[in-house]
Amino acid sequence: MNLGPHAAFIVASYGCAVLIVGALVAWVMLDYRAQRRMLGDLEARGVTRRSAEREEKA
Amino acid sequence: MALIDLANPTRFLGFAGKLLPWLAAATLFAFAVGVAQVLSAPDDYQQGATVKIMFIHVPAASLSLVIWGLMSAAALGTLVWRHPLADVAAKSAAPIGAGVTLLCLLTGALWGRPMWGAYWVWDARLTSELVLFLMYLGVIALWHTVEDPARAARAAAVLALVGLINLPIIKFSVDWWNTLHQPASILRLGGPAIHESILVPLAAMAVAFILLFVTLHLAAMRNEILRRRVRTLRMLQAQGA
Repeated sequence: MNLGPHAAFIVASYGCAVLIVGALVAWVMLDYRAQRRMLGDLEARGVTRRSAEREEKA
Repeated sequence: MALIDLANPTRFLGFAGKLLPWLAAATLFAFAVGVAQVLSAPDDYQQGATVKIMFIHVPAASLSLVIWGLMSAAALGTLVWRHPLADVAAKSAAPIGAGVTLLCLLTGALWGRPMWGAYWVWDARLTSELVLFLMYLGVIALWHTVEDPARAARAAAVLALVGLINLPIIKFSVDWWNTLHQPASILRLGGPAIHESILVPLAAMAVAFILLFVTLHLAAMRNEILRRRVRTLRMLQAQGA
């Protein structure tokens, strides 16, 4: 594919898109892992929400 | 399940868990179709191959406005109806909005340099879009500055509603002022001014970007609900200690 004399600008634009979208995807995935881990640690120590206890009993 | 049931965070988590894999797959598929369309799109008779920058610049620009609009609707949910998920939705949308606005500004600069001879000019469209980016950063900063989520939600909601005034300014800036940025060529009276061979890849990429936002937003909302649970459990732990 011939991108012409301004190929560097086109490639840089798509590079920015990959970087920003990649950063957003990494942010949600890493944040999810971190929150699950912290929640798991707290629950393992016996700290639970009252509503969660009611849900378990039901 | 009725839509109102999703107001319950636990039910929302279950719903998000089921839907996210399908949304992620649909997003990947939409981007595959969009990129294939972009690769086969012809060059513009004036701009040459640089028209390919439009396929990410325009969806990112549109999404930057739509996301702020969504945050404003969520702000009403927070301030008027005190909906339990409204501020979760607004807080989760802000970083995604900042990301697409930054992408819009960067791709605009990279498109402007070969076409206008400048990366940046202080014209009304570019400046108002930069203001939108700064407002996204302001909302994110507010959420991180105020420790109590309920107070942060109200402050961020007010900022979102005040910032709503910038959306028509961005949209109509090219009509109201003399700008270097081109006038509207898709959403305008008389229909799109773009040839079908360029419009179809643009629409395909727009669909892909919308699906990307829905997927990321749902995932970020799930994270935010979990973060609030962690906060609650830590407070319970501190009270019990």
